[in-house]
Amino acid sequence: MSQLLVNNVTLVFAFALVLVAMLISYREKLGLNKDILLSIFRAIVQLTLIGYVLKYIFKINNTFLTILMCLFIIFNAAWNAYKRNPNSNRNYWETFAALFISTTITLGIIMLTGSLKFIPSQVIPITGMIASNSMVAVGLCYRNLHSQFRDQRQQILEKLALGAPIKLAAITILRESIKTAMQPTIDSAKTMGLVSLPGMMSGLIFAGVDPVSAIRYQILVTFMLLSTTSLGAIIAGYLAYRRYFNDRQQLLDQN
Amino acid sequence: MGIIELQNVSYADGDQTIIHHVDLSVTAGDFLTISGPSGCGKSTLLKLIASLISPTSGTISFNGKNQNDYDYPTYRQQVSYCFQQPTLFDTSVLDNLSLPFQIRGVPFDENKISALLQLVDLPLTFLDKKIIDLSGGEKQRVALIRNLVFPPQVLLLDEVTVGLDTRSKTIVQALIKNVQHQATTLIQVTHDETEIAAAAHLIEMRQGALQK
Repeated sequence: MSQLLVNNVTLVFAFALVLVAMLISYREKLGLNKDILLSIFRAIVQLTLIGYVLKYIFKINNTFLTILMCLFIIFNAAWNAYKRNPNSNRNYWETFAALFISTTITLGIIMLTGSLKFIPSQVIPITGMIASNSMVAVGLCYRNLHSQFRDQRQQILEKLALGAPIKLAAITILRESIKTAMQPTIDSAKTMGLVSLPGMMSGLIFAGVDPVSAIRYQILVTFMLLSTTSLGAIIAGYLAYRRYFNDRQQLLDQN
Repeated sequence: MGIIELQNVSYADGDQTIIHHVDLSVTAGDFLTISGPSGCGKSTLLKLIASLISPTSGTISFNGKNQNDYDYPTYRQQVSYCFQQPTLFDTSVLDNLSLPFQIRGVPFDENKISALLQLVDLPLTFLDKKIIDLSGGEKQRVALIRNLVFPPQVLLLDEVTVGLDTRSKTIVQALIKNVQHQATTLIQVTHDETEIAAAAHLIEMRQGALQK
């Protein structure tokens, strides 16, 4: 197995990379320096903490604790996706449902196939991987839905005035939003191996696994991401569009 | 008892009251014209009747039953609102004219659509036209027959001839006359001089209130 060379000293030197970003932000007056520092600080603290937490959880290998950790990941992913919804009439639990269902169905199927075992060192990283992709897809779906409800307000009103129920009035933009949310996953699947050697595979290769074995895991991950982003976007979209209408099937004013 | 009854209807948008205590009774088969300066609340009144918005206070009833006791889409199919300068939706004319069929879950009837298009002097080939290629007058003609594919009991016309070229305006006015003969109740809002002069039943609106 090849030797992993990242230690605290090499990390301090690698901080030069952050300085590159800060220098660009400073020269181009992007006003991002504070944000960059904060993001770096958060990343270091969060990762250090999670490093220790994972070490502990892997060691004691307790089912309840593993499930709790997965729920924690889903809860946070849902919170981030929820915050990306520009609609003032939004609901956290709908986002949680989208993230929870998309992640657990994907995990469940993958475990049924026997590709993944219910041990913390396998379930937790995979949960993080699928939940974060679902989170991005759900966030994209929300933002697209919102801008379309704003841009196509008149069209929706015309459909309602003809007697269309809200679902029929919104179906075109709902489909468009779900499509937009899934597109990045589909696009990245198309360029996989040509442009990117994605995280899962790179990690395994780093750790000394034969690349031919490593790609099998990456193919598995690609399947999982397609499933989780489509499930996440469709559930989130179908729950979110209703919140642009009131119970009298009237289109709400947006503020 | 009228087909449409408004009792003490008011509507406010935030702090601004747009409709003040309106009472109105429209008899079945009537052709009511409501005139008044822009911003007096004419369009808002029609949107209230169409249940696209709801009154802040007061009640609106249709055929003796409160608006809120109907299934909203079913109500809007019977009390149909046609917009001032409609934008039309989706991509083609066909998308617009097939929606009324989709809403009712019945197959598209090309003969019916052909006859309606003929009424507004448009050929059947017009179905394939893209919406972005239509003039304002053509859009309004398509919009109107969209409301008439399944004739409603009450048709609400919100300044439908505003901004139209003379030819489109004549066609639209002829269509409205035709609809009136089919015993549909019509409520139109206008500030067009000739339409006001020709009105059989005229009510004036000022600052959100109907003038007696």
